[in-house]
Amino acid sequence: MLELTRITAGYDRRDPVVREVSLHVAAGEAVGLLGPSGCGKSTLAKVAALLHRPDAGTVTLDGTVVRGWRHRAPREQRTAVGVVFQQPRLSADPRLSLRELIAQPLRSTGRRRDVPERVAELAPLVGLSEELLERRPHAVSDGQLQRACLARALVLEPRLLICDEMTAMLDASTTAALVAVVERYRSESGAALLAVGHDRVLLERWCDRTVRWGERTAGSERVAVG
Amino acid sequence: MTSDHDPAAEGAEVPVLAVENLSVRFRMRGGRDIAAVTDARFSVAPGECLALVGESGCGKSVLASALLGLLPGNAETTGSAVLGGDTDLLTADERTLARTVRGRRIGLVPQSPAAHLTPVRTVRAQVEESLRELTGVRGSALGKAALVAAARAAFPEGHLDRYPHELSGGLAQRAATALALIGDAPLLLADEPTTGLDRDLVERTVDELRRHTDEGRALLIITHDLAAAERIADRVAVMYAGRIVEIADAAPFFGAPGPRHPYARGLLDALPERDFAPIPGMPPELGALPDGCAFAARCAYADARCTDERPAFASDLACHHAPTGRTHPLKEAADA
Repeated sequence: MLELTRITAGYDRRDPVVREVSLHVAAGEAVGLLGPSGCGKSTLAKVAALLHRPDAGTVTLDGTVVRGWRHRAPREQRTAVGVVFQQPRLSADPRLSLRELIAQPLRSTGRRRDVPERVAELAPLVGLSEELLERRPHAVSDGQLQRACLARALVLEPRLLICDEMTAMLDASTTAALVAVVERYRSESGAALLAVGHDRVLLERWCDRTVRWGERTAGSERVAVG
Repeated sequence: MTSDHDPAAEGAEVPVLAVENLSVRFRMRGGRDIAAVTDARFSVAPGECLALVGESGCGKSVLASALLGLLPGNAETTGSAVLGGDTDLLTADERTLARTVRGRRIGLVPQSPAAHLTPVRTVRAQVEESLRELTGVRGSALGKAALVAAARAAFPEGHLDRYPHELSGGLAQRAATALALIGDAPLLLADEPTTGLDRDLVERTVDELRRHTDEGRALLIITHDLAAAERIADRVAVMYAGRIVEIADAAPFFGAPGPRHPYARGLLDALPERDFAPIPGMPPELGALPDGCAFAARCAYADARCTDERPAFASDLACHHAPTGRTHPLKEAADA
């Protein structure tokens, strides 16, 4: 499904954050990537989500080598990946209602007509009421906003879901609820998951296998050098 | 964790902070009312750590702001919050709060230290400013005092000349803690001090806060991180929909026999090391609370009484069911 090979990436070519990291996620597999704050795991997640162009290395998605990132990525690759970030406040347009937030990927891919149906399907799944859907981000809690961000990530039915510290800001019950939503979607769709985080207990409970940043794993796979 | 020869032990009868029936209402446009905090009642003694836990949006941070007199203008408070037996924080005027309370009698360890520190000044400049304002140290003694202040929060000397953006999350947290400790306040108020930190840093941060508590300060820590609360707290107060629904000693709460309130039990069971099962539904809106128990809609034990009648907070518990001893004996029985 996703193959990251010897990725070097960062924000300054002379001082990359991620150096020669490889990671493999099989179709339908849930992989947890564990690492401390500031180790570069979020940068790697952005590369995998086609949101940050690496300085070196290759990303292969469903057997196709990725040639462009962000808006340069072809639509079928971009829409194959859904992303949920750590801070819902920073990843939600404050001017949009939660309904419009969830619908945005449909609108930007020309599927405006699917909006009522898809939002009506997803809202109960993530636990958002009709009343909450009409509110804008400032009028809901972090947990409620993250529920909407998860629905947004699922609205195009991605084959790979990337959750970068999705639950770091949330309480235990909301965490368990959102993980349950992700797992239900995965069991119905067969989608793969890359969950990035620092909570070992959570990721080991959630994922099929976890990979520790800086640790050599089976085969030639290698996650980062220090 | 508490040392046996606690220097503040003899003063233990007078709580550092005694909160009685504290309520906060926000008046909104169109005559709506938001009941952010309702009838909160708790106290914190010297050398003791009370953890206030609950889901986001349950009113925890509003309670902290009320104690510091930092609520917005449309807030109305009732009840009392007496600091050190003499000052009611809810009725004290701004001048008293600014000149004698904030920093001097209550030290605040903020939620996001990076946002709390002044971005355009070095840590040293900010530590020295606090020292000048709060302790009156002047001139050549200032440099030395700054080193001592930094060392108290285990902030490395070599990083004092850095700007906040040059610090990692953990170091920024220590810088903020160092500032909070300068006034030697008897009460530390930590509002979500571990949000966004990784597990190692969470443990280091709470261990340091515990150390400052063991020196005889009282600590009120507000958090949704149950693991952090378990590590640091002597007692736990569980907040739901603006009300404190249970107060318990930390050991029986996190261990056996466990929490008494169904909500608290649900919160613990949601942990990935336990059942990893969410509490069904979501908390009610603070602007539209039900007449009965606010948790009834999500509670497996709810019956007609729960939806009709709001449970009173008695024996450190607000639940219709637990006093019958359905799951756990009452605290008094356990103490006897």
